[in-house]
Amino acid sequence: MTDLTQAHVPAERFDEWVLAVREQFPVLTRRVRNDKRLAYLDSAATTLRPSVVANAVAEFASMEYASVHRGVYELSERATQRYERAREQVAKRCGVKASQVVFLPNGTTGALNLIANGWAGTRVRAGDEILVSGMEHHSNIVPWQMLCERSGAVLRVIPVTDDGALDMEQFARLLSPRTKVVSVVWVSNALGTVNDVSTICRMARDVGACSIVDAAQAAPHMPVRFDHIGCDFLSFSAHKLYAPSGLGVLLGRAERLEETAPMLGGGHMIASVTFEKTTYAKPPARFEPGTPSVDAVIGLAAALDFVDRFGLANIAAHEHRILNDLQTKLRQVPGVRVLADAVPQRAGAVSFVIEGVHPHDVASILDREGVCVRAGHHCAQPLMARFAVPATTRASVGMYTDVHDVDQLIAGLHKVLKVFA
Amino acid sequence: MSFSADEEDLYQELILDHHKRPRHRGILAHHTHHARGQNPLCGDTLKLTLEVADGRIVAVGHVGEGCAISSASVSLMSESVVGKTLTECQHMFEVFHAVLTEASPAQQLDELGKLRVFAHVCQYPARVKCATLAWHTLRAALAQQEEASTE
Repeated sequence: MTDLTQAHVPAERFDEWVLAVREQFPVLTRRVRNDKRLAYLDSAATTLRPSVVANAVAEFASMEYASVHRGVYELSERATQRYERAREQVAKRCGVKASQVVFLPNGTTGALNLIANGWAGTRVRAGDEILVSGMEHHSNIVPWQMLCERSGAVLRVIPVTDDGALDMEQFARLLSPRTKVVSVVWVSNALGTVNDVSTICRMARDVGACSIVDAAQAAPHMPVRFDHIGCDFLSFSAHKLYAPSGLGVLLGRAERLEETAPMLGGGHMIASVTFEKTTYAKPPARFEPGTPSVDAVIGLAAALDFVDRFGLANIAAHEHRILNDLQTKLRQVPGVRVLADAVPQRAGAVSFVIEGVHPHDVASILDREGVCVRAGHHCAQPLMARFAVPATTRASVGMYTDVHDVDQLIAGLHKVLKVFA
Repeated sequence: MSFSADEEDLYQELILDHHKRPRHRGILAHHTHHARGQNPLCGDTLKLTLEVADGRIVAVGHVGEGCAISSASVSLMSESVVGKTLTECQHMFEVFHAVLTEASPAQQLDELGKLRVFAHVCQYPARVKCATLAWHTLRAALAQQEEASTE
């Protein structure tokens, strides 16, 4: 397999490459419902677990797990080393120092809540403006709404065009000296639209606003170079990157993290504690109270190694090809309308509606055919309202998605049409 | 509970028929009870109106938007409750809910009559709330509560 994991696998060897990838995911051999092949097209929800990651976590748990940051004995020191090496690995990959990497529970949602409360919460005042886009996931809307309610700040929304892209002209008009925060999604979980986050962050910086990037759907598909993007904070989720659940990664500029108050108090996040006065630790420890999700962090390190073995560039090229194939075939199914069909840059997901058939019914019939898709509002109710649909059906790709998955979905859609004829 | 292959099909003819041609559709101009219901997971919405006289449901009218399971359930519920006393409706709610959320003995299924067509939804937990929305909303309307939810 070694020669397939070079960067830029040649086109004629890509089929081999995909097979080699799929072999790493034992769950793909399962048969589902009435002995159907499993066509997993819900990677935007969560990615399947490669056996090397599952094994790395199991081995660590069996032979190396011990208290991190606390024990003076060898087992604890080694476990701590593994945990901190994972942090360094993330840091190097993202172009930051280890002290700028925070591991926290509840994924990207946890990170966004920390930024909204711990950073913005102490600095945003009545009349200040917070900008989010109309295509945000609820996790990048609700914490800001809560903050606005408490502080009297105002939430402004960057509109989404009919094509499913951010309206950059309107964004420019919304920016003003009152703008304190711009928090925007890099890749839309519902539409698949890729936003130009570097430009967005530069524009935010130009008016003195703090810029935040939700990279949950970007990290699996493209390099995340914090130093290149130019944002103040960025976050992604381990479980969307072939790693265990329950872990979010927050990256921040050193100055911003220093300015951020902790939200949770307790062990490890302190410097010293007396009943008279308690002082807090420096970042990242300040935001890592209690016992961390050690297993998940070890799993993340293994997952990042795994992704690098196959090559993120290869993964991106493969996914791009599959998405194109999927979109082309979707357009040929009668009654199917793809949202954001013409968006210039797409990654991960495609949302569509079928005339006269509710997405939940589409998904149930596809389930019968072994096809796993997501139906609903995708935690993006405002976006659904913008496109005047109650819900959509969403198919999303990962490194293991192949053309048979796409064809199985299309065949399933034809069955849907038959049932609802 | 075991089902035949046909019965296991979520989209049996009867369900599709009631989805495509829902009975009792439209808000009653004159109604004594009403409630709104929604299934947050799925986006199903329902507005239900009832005319109750002498302790019986005399007329039912509904509007709403949702998946085939929820709209068929609203239609079949409407057909089932017209002419029934409020006590009978409450009992039907309990049987329907029990059948959909747990294994039920055969005689409970028989009690459901046409509604039996939803029995196998219990095998698809994510769709149970689609089927029960109509009945939760009915119960809310009869209890003079404005809003029902499947949560």
